[in-house]
Amino acid sequence: MNVVLAKTETGRALSDIFAIARDRLPGAGEVADLRRQAFDAYERAGLPHRRIEDWKYTDLRVLLREVLPSAAVPDAAALKRAGTALKLHAIAGVRRLVLVDGVFAPKLSEMADLEQGLSIRTLREVLDAGDAALHAELFTPENSDAMVALNSAMMTDGIVIEVADGAVLTQPLHIIHIASGAVPAAMFTRSLIRVGKTAGATLVESYIGADAAKAYQVHDSLIVSIGDGARLDHVRLIEDSREAFNISSAVITLGANAHFNTFGMNTGSLVSRYQAVIAVVGQGSRVETNGVNLLNGRQHADTTLFLDHAVPNCSSREIFRAVVDDRGHSVFQGRIIVRPNAQKTDAKMMTRALLLSDEAEADNKPELEIFADDVTCGHGATTGALDDSLLFYLRARGLSEKEAQALLIQAFVGEAIEQIANDALRELAISAAQRWLAARG
Amino acid sequence: MSLLEVKNLQVRVEEREILHGLSLTVNLGEVHAIMGPNGSGKSTLSHVIAGKPGYEVTGGEILFKGENLLEMAPDERAAKGVFLAFQYPVEIPGVATMTFLRTALNAQRKARGESEFSTPDFLKKVRAVAASLNIPQDMLRRGVNVGFSGGEKKRNEILQMALFEPSLCILDEMDSGLDIDALRVAADGVNALRSPDRAMVVITHYQRLLNYIVPDFVHVMSKGRVVKSGGKELALELEASGYAQFEDAA
Repeated sequence: MNVVLAKTETGRALSDIFAIARDRLPGAGEVADLRRQAFDAYERAGLPHRRIEDWKYTDLRVLLREVLPSAAVPDAAALKRAGTALKLHAIAGVRRLVLVDGVFAPKLSEMADLEQGLSIRTLREVLDAGDAALHAELFTPENSDAMVALNSAMMTDGIVIEVADGAVLTQPLHIIHIASGAVPAAMFTRSLIRVGKTAGATLVESYIGADAAKAYQVHDSLIVSIGDGARLDHVRLIEDSREAFNISSAVITLGANAHFNTFGMNTGSLVSRYQAVIAVVGQGSRVETNGVNLLNGRQHADTTLFLDHAVPNCSSREIFRAVVDDRGHSVFQGRIIVRPNAQKTDAKMMTRALLLSDEAEADNKPELEIFADDVTCGHGATTGALDDSLLFYLRARGLSEKEAQALLIQAFVGEAIEQIANDALRELAISAAQRWLAARG
Repeated sequence: MSLLEVKNLQVRVEEREILHGLSLTVNLGEVHAIMGPNGSGKSTLSHVIAGKPGYEVTGGEILFKGENLLEMAPDERAAKGVFLAFQYPVEIPGVATMTFLRTALNAQRKARGESEFSTPDFLKKVRAVAASLNIPQDMLRRGVNVGFSGGEKKRNEILQMALFEPSLCILDEMDSGLDIDALRVAADGVNALRSPDRAMVVITHYQRLLNYIVPDFVHVMSKGRVVKSGGKELALELEASGYAQFEDAA
């Protein structure tokens, strides 16, 4: 096997960086061992490339080229820049949990007056404390994916949220990742949310950069467990700098009669990859996973979902829309596996791409692997341009070419955005889409 | 100055000439009917006036209020007062009718340098017009023309006509797909909009529509030209004798 070691800008091998960083990374003993194993796994594989099927359309050896060293711990000036960026992206009525350059920022966060049944700690705290069960859960993601392994080895901080059995939170939680620095660096974060039995929560994740921050790297992961009869609503908004990289992974596990509604919108970053594994292990559960990519310039955004139906009587819906202009490239890979025992599974996936220029590209790869014989499963994928007859109708009514396109694009992405259950968050996604359309001019 | 002057218009579609030197003059306050068999170029004329892409004008000109219409984008023409009621209004899923109406009206007003309508003023105006056309409120909340019957689609066109207050209305085969009751409702809507400040060009294959929208002038088209013009009695003559005589004449 042709092993390529990732070199940093200074020519040092990433292994040296890890060797230097490991003593400062949170967690000793078993955690340190797990990090070492993860790093070894990453080093053996190197950055994923196009010959690895899962990464076929997103060759990180070409697109990312190297993993940067970890960002410095933010100083007062960094926190100030982050605070300014935060003001532009603040959402009303949520509890803010802010990570600046991969480190929890208590002064920008709201940790007081937690609702009954809600516990919030930082990843650093949890890894430094001796909770073996939680440590095991934090290392759930397998090292078989190199970027997950890298994240396991290097993670510095994150938010660990626990919602007690029966606690239904009224206030959404908002994790905001902010890159503050002008020096390109990497942030390695991992967060976890555990929603107890019959509990309920809403989690928003935003990724943004301060004005100065340009070609930084976000390496994030999220571990979610949704207990029996519980519900989690989840929204991801990638509004990173247009030169940034965002490589994120998620592992979601649903118990019985649980409900997971997730929506992702990508308007930012130069290269992004979101890979989620959703395991439905309890009967009677529902998953709705939807997303929108709005890309232009040379943006590349990859959403790779793996939905694992392991038990009977569950349903899943995936609605994905991509709008690609200029030389943008949107990738959607949706794999659904229905295991032999998972009878009465109802799984549907629909992905549609709208290409606004001749050089825009969209790759859709739906994969259904069905091993049960009494199921309803289906998928569809379309790629096309805006309908000329609709454009002419709108123009004949007085809309300019851009206005007519904007109205049709909003309608196109609307079907996915409408799936967001929370009204305020749905409005947020609509306004993010409108900002993107307005920026087109 | 006439509202619309079409002079010796020659139009091609994909190397085939459809209009071979068509002329037509329309003044404010007049209602003109254009009749003719299928393939005579009636719809092509309406599309070229509205600015639909795909038509190549190889000769002649169209003046609207004295300006060269052919140099304007479709949205500029709309803002200047040209309105085409489509033969087959398109369905636009995901765009609520109300949103569409407001966006279009304000785009036209903005292009003319007028202030945009406030939401309450707009709603008041739409509701009044919709009520007069028998258009229920729930139709306005649905996607543009989505799930509308043929009659509802045509009434939605007339609703827009009433809302945008154009000076030139071109009605392209308004009667196609309508039963007699739906036709009467649509025609009543159109008649209510007849005004000394507005002209209408009614394109139709059948004389029937002209019983409801009575024209001042009737033009017969055949093979890409106007072959005969006259008063409203010309339509009745056609009803009796058919188009065959004109096909020979062309």
